Amino acid sequence: MSPPGPRPASLWGDAWRRLRRNRLAVACGAFLLLLAALCAGAGALPGLPDPNAPDFALGASPPSWPHPFGTDPLGRDLLARVLHGGRVSLLVGLVATLVSLLVGVSYGAVAGYAGGKLDEAMMRFVDVLYSLPYLFLVILLLVFFAKSLVLLFVALGLVQWLTMARIVRGQVISLKQQTFVEAARALGAGAPRVVFSHLVPNTLGPVIVYATLTVPAVMLQEAFLSFLGLGVQPPDASWGVLVDEGRKLMTVFPWLVVFPGLALAGTLFALNFLGDGLRDALDPRSRGEAG
Amino acid sequence: MTAYATRRVLLMVPTLWAIATLTFFLVRAAPGGPFQSERDIPPAARTALTAKYGLDRPLGEQYVTFLRRAAVLDLGPSYSQPTRQVRDLVLGSAGVSFELGGWALLVALAAGIPLGALAAYRHNTAGDRAAMAAALLGVSVPNFVLGPLLVLLFSLTLFWLPPALWTGPASRVLPVATLAAAYVAYVARLTRGGLLETLREDYVRTARAKGLGEGRVVVRHALRLGLLPVVSFLGPAAARLVTGSLVVEQVFAVPGLGRQLVNGAFNRDYTLVLGVVLFYAGILMVFNLLVDLAYARLDPRVELR
Repeated sequence: MSPPGPRPASLWGDAWRRLRRNRLAVACGAFLLLLAALCAGAGALPGLPDPNAPDFALGASPPSWPHPFGTDPLGRDLLARVLHGGRVSLLVGLVATLVSLLVGVSYGAVAGYAGGKLDEAMMRFVDVLYSLPYLFLVILLLVFFAKSLVLLFVALGLVQWLTMARIVRGQVISLKQQTFVEAARALGAGAPRVVFSHLVPNTLGPVIVYATLTVPAVMLQEAFLSFLGLGVQPPDASWGVLVDEGRKLMTVFPWLVVFPGLALAGTLFALNFLGDGLRDALDPRSRGEAG
Repeated sequence: MTAYATRRVLLMVPTLWAIATLTFFLVRAAPGGPFQSERDIPPAARTALTAKYGLDRPLGEQYVTFLRRAAVLDLGPSYSQPTRQVRDLVLGSAGVSFELGGWALLVALAAGIPLGALAAYRHNTAGDRAAMAAALLGVSVPNFVLGPLLVLLFSLTLFWLPPALWTGPASRVLPVATLAAAYVAYVARLTRGGLLETLREDYVRTARAKGLGEGRVVVRHALRLGLLPVVSFLGPAAARLVTGSLVVEQVFAVPGLGRQLVNGAFNRDYTLVLGVVLFYAGILMVFNLLVDLAYARLDPRVELR
């Protein structure tokens, strides 16, 4: 696909090199990978208690040496519950972000570039999806399909890409009049190439910002869907569910909301600083700048 | 511009029709129905109720009747509050939701845009990181935790503000703050990203070269296009804000549209749900149209066809 002649430094190779120089972003990326590894391997961690094994004699206890995050009113170890809960939460965040990236970005870019009738029709379809009562969609999904984690992803995926599509479309509408697009077309690039190789990389700034903010939003939405019966079922829990349970006992056992809340907030902060680093690294206009 | 806007307004009709049709069948496909949660209704009374609202007619006939009435904005009485018309219920709570959402939107913009602009202007400095961390605080605490926390602090400990209800100016503060908190982060981060890109554009360099003051360059030139991503986000966000946030209305017992939707959904109050959904859809489309018009205003390169 690449034009003949000396191969220019690729967007991704360039970006990777610049990202590695951003220490904060690298530290945040490492933190997220470590957290994901800890959560994924929580079952095999030596010395970590069973997250669902109650200890009624102990009950709710504040953080202590054997239970660093304390225990819930049933005497279950909160550290184990947070690590195990992280699996669902991180997976949900990852899948929803992927959907919103793949579907939302392509949909918005195509609509914005095509313009006219096609844009009109595509955006009205988005409006329709936005307006349908979500609660009923979820209830219907629950009625027609067996409860499963896959269903949770379907329910989240249905709506997560809509705002992304609108943001990308807005950017593309503004970008497509610029000279670099004309130049690409003059060089013989077809519509798909103009959209995906020239326009989309230029929308990545807002895309990354919005994607990183999608992650905490869906993690919390998962708590709501789990409450309706989609998603994790007791005794299992996710971060959203743990925060929601902790909130009810906030005044008596504050650690129950603090630790899952910290896990969520820590992920969010790391994601955002990693996102900033990615944004800076991927910005096509800063290519070649300062090495 | 006018032709474009007119066509978009006319296009709202088929879109609303599609939404109304899908919602009509969606709510009826959900299990259960109205009048099933009431305790001990004699079967005869239930049959009479069903007949009174035409729910015993074939689905197609119900649909045609509904469309004919909806066309003249008559949505019929609510099933769960039979003495009230859905139109009055929706418009009544819309006022409250507009006020709550409107203020929250203003707060989010007033806090988010300066924070984002500051961060972009001081890109990759401690000021940038501090501004972003401040903006992120709002999303990192979920609103169902933030609301009770604020109540605990300002109402139950300091006794400064009422903990709930929608009764006076003071009662507005906590719900508005809770609702706005998450949006501050979105606005601030999208502003920062947008501004970072426009600050390097040639036209900004031109403005500087003309000798304009920094403040004017940033606010009048760079920010104008830098706000495009924020504007795109605002369409759906504003619609969501002014039609009520389920959680915040629940936490603070605010009688807004979100509560009507939840009540309608749980009682299978078909007419009420349809009313709220159609109202929301209308608001959403108006905001999206405004957003598209705003692109053309903000970015002279955009052509509306």
